[in-house]
Amino acid sequence: MTQSNRISGGQIDRTKTLRFTFDGIPYQGHPGDTLASALLANGVRLMGRSFKYHRPRGPMTAGSEEPNALVELRSGGRQEPNTRATVAELFDGLSANSQNRWPSLRFDAMGINDRLSTFFAAGFYYKTFMWPKAFWEKLYEPIIRRAAGLGSVSREEDPDDYDKGFLHCDLLVIGAGPTGLMAALTAGRAGKRVILADEDFRMGGRLNAETLAVGGTHGADWAAGVVAELASLPNVRLMPRTTVIGAFDHGIYGAVERVSDHLALPAAGKPRQVLWRIYSHRAILAGGATERPIAFENNDRPGIMLAGALRAYANRWGVKVGQRVAVFTNNDDGLRTAEDLKAKGVEVVAVLDSRQGDEVIDTSGRLGLKSIIVRDAKGRTREIAVEALGVSGGWNPNVNVHSHHRSRPVYDPTIAAFVPGAEGPPGLMVAGAAAGVLSTHGALRTGRDAAVEALGLTGAADLPEAEDAPVRIKALWHVAHGKGRAWIDQQNDVTVKDVKLAKQENFTSVEHLKRYTTLGMATDQGKTGNVLGLAIMAELTGRSIPDTGTTIYRPPYTPVAMGALAGRSRGTEFKPFRLTPSHHWAKEQGAVFVEVGMWLRTQWVPKAGETEWRQSVDREVLATRRSVGICDVTTLGKIDIQGTDAGAFLDRVYANTFSTLAVGKCRYGLMLREDGIVFDDGTTARMGEHEYVMTTTTANAVPVFRHLEYCRQVLWPDMDVQLISTTEAWAQFSVAGPNARKVLEKVVDQDISDAAFPYMGARNITVCGGLRARLFRISFSGELAYEIAVPTRYGDALLREMLARGAEYDPIVYGTEALGVMRIEKGHVAGGELNGQSTALNMGLGKMVSKKKDSIGMVLSQREGLVEAEGYRLVGVKPVDPKGKLSAGSHFLEKGAAAVAANDGGWLTSKVYSPHIGCDIALGYLKAGDQKIGRRMRAVNLLSGQDTEVEIVSPHFFDPEGERLRG
Amino acid sequence: MIIHHPILGPRDAQEFVYLGDAALIDRPDGMTAGVEVFHDWLYNRDNPAGEHRELWYHEQGDRSWLVVTRNTVTHEITRVELARDVARSKGRSK
Repeated sequence: MTQSNRISGGQIDRTKTLRFTFDGIPYQGHPGDTLASALLANGVRLMGRSFKYHRPRGPMTAGSEEPNALVELRSGGRQEPNTRATVAELFDGLSANSQNRWPSLRFDAMGINDRLSTFFAAGFYYKTFMWPKAFWEKLYEPIIRRAAGLGSVSREEDPDDYDKGFLHCDLLVIGAGPTGLMAALTAGRAGKRVILADEDFRMGGRLNAETLAVGGTHGADWAAGVVAELASLPNVRLMPRTTVIGAFDHGIYGAVERVSDHLALPAAGKPRQVLWRIYSHRAILAGGATERPIAFENNDRPGIMLAGALRAYANRWGVKVGQRVAVFTNNDDGLRTAEDLKAKGVEVVAVLDSRQGDEVIDTSGRLGLKSIIVRDAKGRTREIAVEALGVSGGWNPNVNVHSHHRSRPVYDPTIAAFVPGAEGPPGLMVAGAAAGVLSTHGALRTGRDAAVEALGLTGAADLPEAEDAPVRIKALWHVAHGKGRAWIDQQNDVTVKDVKLAKQENFTSVEHLKRYTTLGMATDQGKTGNVLGLAIMAELTGRSIPDTGTTIYRPPYTPVAMGALAGRSRGTEFKPFRLTPSHHWAKEQGAVFVEVGMWLRTQWVPKAGETEWRQSVDREVLATRRSVGICDVTTLGKIDIQGTDAGAFLDRVYANTFSTLAVGKCRYGLMLREDGIVFDDGTTARMGEHEYVMTTTTANAVPVFRHLEYCRQVLWPDMDVQLISTTEAWAQFSVAGPNARKVLEKVVDQDISDAAFPYMGARNITVCGGLRARLFRISFSGELAYEIAVPTRYGDALLREMLARGAEYDPIVYGTEALGVMRIEKGHVAGGELNGQSTALNMGLGKMVSKKKDSIGMVLSQREGLVEAEGYRLVGVKPVDPKGKLSAGSHFLEKGAAAVAANDGGWLTSKVYSPHIGCDIALGYLKAGDQKIGRRMRAVNLLSGQDTEVEIVSPHFFDPEGERLRG
Repeated sequence: MIIHHPILGPRDAQEFVYLGDAALIDRPDGMTAGVEVFHDWLYNRDNPAGEHRELWYHEQGDRSWLVVTRNTVTHEITRVELARDVARSKGRSK
């Protein structure tokens, strides 16, 4: 079969032939074809099966409103389900498959649903599958999911790139039909920055699908001429293949540009699609109108289409849909289809104008239209053999984008359709068919006038001559006849019967109608069916259409690929990675990394022969406690705080006092939220009279800085205090262990003996012969420990120097796991305990909250519910049997108590294996835990099946007196 | 959304972090106000359908805290001020 239905004319390049396959069968088409036009040219009308009843379906439209002809395009990682064949641009090598059928499109076993349609009426699953309850999940839902549905997704990763971009202009014109072209031309000639976006690959809109003349020439040629002029203007950006998907706040529009969808593969370095954010104070919606069908029995067979689509295939693509064609219309525009087809030599066997009393009442043809049954004004019926039927029920203005801010369209009886209502998005005007102005002259005029008004231009260009036919329509929504099904929403298989059922069950409001019948809830969002459905409801209830009202539209205008929304934010590029100064050194050592927020931190550094993570971690802990270990702690937030009120400011933001801290010393600080819950902790050093350096946890570096700015600007605007984040400015290493000082003495230029640099000292120093540095004598591990900071670019060098110069002490580098082991051995709180629900009292730090001064959270930390004597307290946990296993998340239960919530005593927050103690240890919050030290309880984890007898101990497992710290 | 920063001009809302009702500026004095007053200030907020004054932080920018007057129904923004100026005008100081 080689393009047996191809006729003369059209905007296709017949000098080139494109090969493609559908369901494995090879076909040929031409550049300029869509998949639908090429298949129709090859005599293929059947392209899919319907969602619920698996009815055979072909294209109903020639545009993005298509409900039926949905196919799976391409294969493998590029497979794209639910692609509308009517907008899929043909390329050489395209492969498409039909979907929602098994085993084949012509014979679909699930077609049985059509025979069982009584059971699948609106609301069927609410009623039919109610009982027994347990059957829903195991039986009904899987069956329904298999039976109903559209295409399938590939499980492979999409190999193409998607991008995002930002554009600014004076005027955004949405749609490049006669209205949009005239608007863009008017604004472009006036020198304004214009973006003209159209979803089609060829600009011109309906002018490409009609035989109408504009300015004495063929409309499509006039459009091509305007496009050429616009392309020559440097201030105009033409964006074909670009759908404006939504109007957002303050003049921001979303648009998807399909950069490479019309190619077999994207060109090198080019994305598949781009999601644009377009900023424009002024926009003109020139989105045209969508034709709607008339509901009659069996109006969904392949070969039955909208009249405008039938002539679009003939005029634009040189395709006749069948040998014998009929037209059924309630308005003058439908008659154009008959005239155009006749002019093309297509045999038009009947023109049925409902205004004359002629109606189509039924059709036949299992896999494609064979005949129609018509009834005349006198009630006489006859059957006419046809292969194609064009149906026109009138045109609905595409008001969608104008409704995105909840503007409700209003009914205009002169065109029997809804037009844009009041209070659309500020700055957005509507012109042409989208505004209900349906003649070509009207489109050109309102397009020009909208541009003039939007931009305040003086003087308007002359308009080319064009037809200005009035709309002559007599509304007809539904042909009343018989008991068969008449489709309204073909994609979701909603019929007139479903609307009747909704009415019968009193779901008469349009919002209920929609949800009860699923009218307009498919991927086409009811572009062809919605108005029909609500008009039929109006008929049934005896209300007027304005009284019945309409649902409104949300973005996106047409479906958007997830890839376009994700853009570059996928895989390892989902977010930026921040690398620590020791990253390159650690990578050389084969370190294992862990994501901590945006940071990639060293988790542990395996040595040769270590096959399991615990071997490395245990070794790092023991080596640190025996001699010395170094850990990169650059990720901790660092904030320089300066000003004459710096001390007073810290007193306000920390629960404890800092204004009394001596210069050259540091102190552990506890920061609360205003609700009395602990926000963050860290050490803050006083480097000078009016200069402090605060550290925060890694996770809260950004939120703490934001909070401090809030306190400084909003709460105490006259405090003399300045903040700057220096997290990235300083590389910082913890050097811990009995030999920590000895290693540091190899690099630090000054005397750091215990006498010269005591516990909790903080000072500006130099290293390696003059490099400025900071040294803090603080410990998170319970060991003699320091944190040393140098400008970030020297971090790598400092680490290598310390390891080389201190080699005699066998320094090791430890990662976040060993860090966690040592802090838990020492009973320091971290992520598991700083969980956003715990108070200082819970952590055993209640005395740190000074009541002698006002500080954030001080007052509300005293709330009755937060100061209960029986509340949670931080405890240490050890298994009674050293081989016993603990897990974070286990719950405390008394011995013999049932594992139910009523007996819950609290939970384990953090757990590690302590090589020092030789068993699992944990921290936890236990009700009245401070009164239960020494008690035996159980740690129960129902998820992992653990039920371990434990002893409640002090959280300070290691060196509780702190002698090592001060050594 | 676009927020007209009083210093930097029109900026995309993506650059900002939202906090909430600008009534938070009126923080009671912790040394004189008790739990009840603090509780009322922190938790009891109006939820107007219409004009709302709220705190936004220009995190991806100059770190200014702003008071943005926004209509919660239409998202229209009618006023943007530096929170520091608003706080001072309400008598806040040190």
